[in-house]
Amino acid sequence: MAVKFEKVGDHDYMLDVTGYVCPHPQMYTKKVMGKLESGDVLTLLFDNPSSGESIVAMCESEGNELIERTNENGASKCVIRKA
Amino acid sequence: MANDAKAATVDAVGSAAADKPWFGHRGNLYAMAIVALTALGSVWALALDTRWIYLLVYVWFGLGYGIFLQYGRFCMASAVRDLFAVGVPRMAVGMLIAVMLFSLTAAAVQVLGVNTFHPHPMGWHILIGALIFGFGIVFTGGCASGSLYKTGEGNLGSLLVVISISFSQAIYVAQSGWLDKLVPASWTASAAEKMMPEELSVTEGWFDQFVAGYVWDLQGGQLAGQLGIDGMFTGPFLANALLGAIIPSLLLMIYLYHSAYKKGYLRRAKIEAPRMGDHLRGIWSMVTSSRNTAIAGLCLGVLAGGHMWATGELREHYEIFNFGELLAEMEYTEGLSMQDTVFDPGYWYITTQEAQWGAWAMDKAGVDMTDNIFFGLENGIPNPLINAPGWMSIGIILGAAVIALWRREFKWKIPNLEAAVFAIVGGALMGLGARIAMGCNIGAFFATVTNGDLSGWVFLAGMAAGGYLGVKAFNWWMEWRAGDDDLAI
Repeated sequence: MAVKFEKVGDHDYMLDVTGYVCPHPQMYTKKVMGKLESGDVLTLLFDNPSSGESIVAMCESEGNELIERTNENGASKCVIRKA
Repeated sequence: MANDAKAATVDAVGSAAADKPWFGHRGNLYAMAIVALTALGSVWALALDTRWIYLLVYVWFGLGYGIFLQYGRFCMASAVRDLFAVGVPRMAVGMLIAVMLFSLTAAAVQVLGVNTFHPHPMGWHILIGALIFGFGIVFTGGCASGSLYKTGEGNLGSLLVVISISFSQAIYVAQSGWLDKLVPASWTASAAEKMMPEELSVTEGWFDQFVAGYVWDLQGGQLAGQLGIDGMFTGPFLANALLGAIIPSLLLMIYLYHSAYKKGYLRRAKIEAPRMGDHLRGIWSMVTSSRNTAIAGLCLGVLAGGHMWATGELREHYEIFNFGELLAEMEYTEGLSMQDTVFDPGYWYITTQEAQWGAWAMDKAGVDMTDNIFFGLENGIPNPLINAPGWMSIGIILGAAVIALWRREFKWKIPNLEAAVFAIVGGALMGLGARIAMGCNIGAFFATVTNGDLSGWVFLAGMAAGGYLGVKAFNWWMEWRAGDDDLAI
């Protein structure tokens, strides 16, 4: 189990922090968003419920668009487009 | 946009739930089973002896705390860490809402004459202890209460944090040897003057000398007494609640708005030349931006006041000052302190009962844990089965599990090596910080500032400074791991 960050398309990236708890998911998301270009889309996979709230608030604060957010049996996904 | 995403979340969970009847979902059944077993256990305990009601109050309030902690993701580690790490003030705002509400309910309980609060001595130890505690919580991923509710979500890394806090505190308190050489001679002399029973050997062991030779010489108190405002209503409400808790909380919320929320709010609202009304709407938007956290803060504040009231009423009913007296009456004398007391704060507290768990296990392993002030004179080492505040902590885990199961957020998580090391080392730092500061984010901050004891704000300052340094260290760790590879994390 390790943090995975990979390019999955022209402007699509995937960050998988499944298995990690606070503060890993939100801090790795912040770091990755800093690397992306405007318009790039990040699919974020995680399973730490409390990180989800912080990530949503972080998107609002920085103006990034939260395209999708789902939660199924503890496994969460956020799709974020960088402003 | 964020609202759309929230709607997507609701849809995803809702569609899954719609496939089955409510009682047909395994999570709901497990949640119901936890509540039913807790109720059955309570009935059984009362059938044995109605005086167990005193312990059961801790259990059920713990269950309530756990439910609201998980519901609002209420974690004071997140309050300081997310502010510095990702610029999100959500949890800090929720925490301040809880402080304001609890200060009002605590004042009401004080007016009723059943307030169980004891002020903390004010000194540098609070700042230093809180700084170490604040550094530790960045790495453990949760504060003292946050680690409990996350354990209830199935996170075994958080359970490791709880275990580390428990044993580290017990070891620090009982530690003697080379650390004694670092103790100032003035502490040793002052401790010797206290004429404590010989079996406590208060001039040996750094913690005993720290407590008897330093902490006991300090002064503390509630704002009402310090300002000489001793009216039945004005003291608790005007001095303790308004001046001691509500006004400082409002000032901090204004600071949070200006430093972490205003820029994003004005951009989203397309306001270029804001006026006072815009800023007030912005502050309100900040308060309501995370509805669950705000509701949790509100309910935790009311619940904590209710807990204090219920315990105070039971003490009056049984004519006792401490649960140890009731245990002695019930002939459970093993594990009581030499004063026939046990740890019994009468309100929300976390770390001391966890220290008792660690000490009890070490005692059973043959280590003498009673030759010190903390366990031997004050708190005792009761069997975990009759440790009332310990049951509050277990209640928090169970309450969090109930709502996590119900919300489909329960998931067993086994920590990897990195998370396990962070949990153990961070938990040990939290334990050390909590013992030096004489409490954690609940006992030394939340329960103090809400009762007009300003030492809690000193704890918050130290915890925030420690959190800031912890985030710097964590960022350094991430950078070191990433190296020069653009796609490496």
